[in-house]
Amino acid sequence: MTHINIASLEVGQVIGTTEFLLTRDSLVRYAGASGDFNPIHYRDDFAQSVGLDGVLAHGMLTMGASVQVAVDWVGDAGKVVDYGVRFTKPVFVDAQDGAVLVVTGKIGEIDAEKGEVRIDLTATFNETAVLGKAQARVRL
Amino acid sequence: MVNPNVQGKKYPATNPYLVGREKIREFAHAVKSTNPINLDVFAAQAAGYNDVVAPPTFAVVIQERSLATVLNDPEADIDFSRVVHGDQRFVHARPIVAGDELVSILEVASVKTLGAHSMVTFETKIFAEGAELVCTAISTLVVRGGE
Repeated sequence: MTHINIASLEVGQVIGTTEFLLTRDSLVRYAGASGDFNPIHYRDDFAQSVGLDGVLAHGMLTMGASVQVAVDWVGDAGKVVDYGVRFTKPVFVDAQDGAVLVVTGKIGEIDAEKGEVRIDLTATFNETAVLGKAQARVRL
Repeated sequence: MVNPNVQGKKYPATNPYLVGREKIREFAHAVKSTNPINLDVFAAQAAGYNDVVAPPTFAVVIQERSLATVLNDPEADIDFSRVVHGDQRFVHARPIVAGDELVSILEVASVKTLGAHSMVTFETKIFAEGAELVCTAISTLVVRGGE
């Protein structure tokens, strides 16, 4: 496992960028794993009947995938002690092409005393931010 | 319109949920995790855990069980077909690990009305055996008003 020296970190530093391809397959898989079977996440006809432009990804899938940037950086999923997001825009998932979610993590705050770092995440789809105030506190 | 009188209402503890190793792996794959701590027992044990560790958002599975109770509560009067997830946060006292048996207790932290819409914030405390607090999940749902 990589060990990160907190003294070497700087606020604003980019810790990583990852592109996640979300397909309809991803949505069905997430529905099964999470137990969220709302049909707006897999049925076009149902999504349209409630006024949506199409099937959209579970907000919790976007949230769960985005934090992987912080997890990969620290190397241990158990080190994320606090993680919150706002859901600001839907991610529409095309039946054929899916949707590409681009997530970048930056260091937002360093608490050397506690040995914790706040990672600020930006998640975009079609160059539009889909999460607001996405922040993960990571214990080093 | 959500009943504002449910603000402060506490719902009884859910039935215990036994966190399985394969469930954690399934959830980890679903959120695109490749972290060995989520997937590989030996990697997790080498890092000091008893078993594979759940991804940071896994607690949603437990939160959903409590939320289902509220959504079925006629007093709360929440129309699920009009619900949009507004925000979500997980504060972990410790990570969830395979083998944990978890219960959750949900409290309606606030009900706010904005025009025809309601915003309901839930605080779900997740406990392991011995009443050990593992995670607090905070979720805000926006309930769109009728036309």
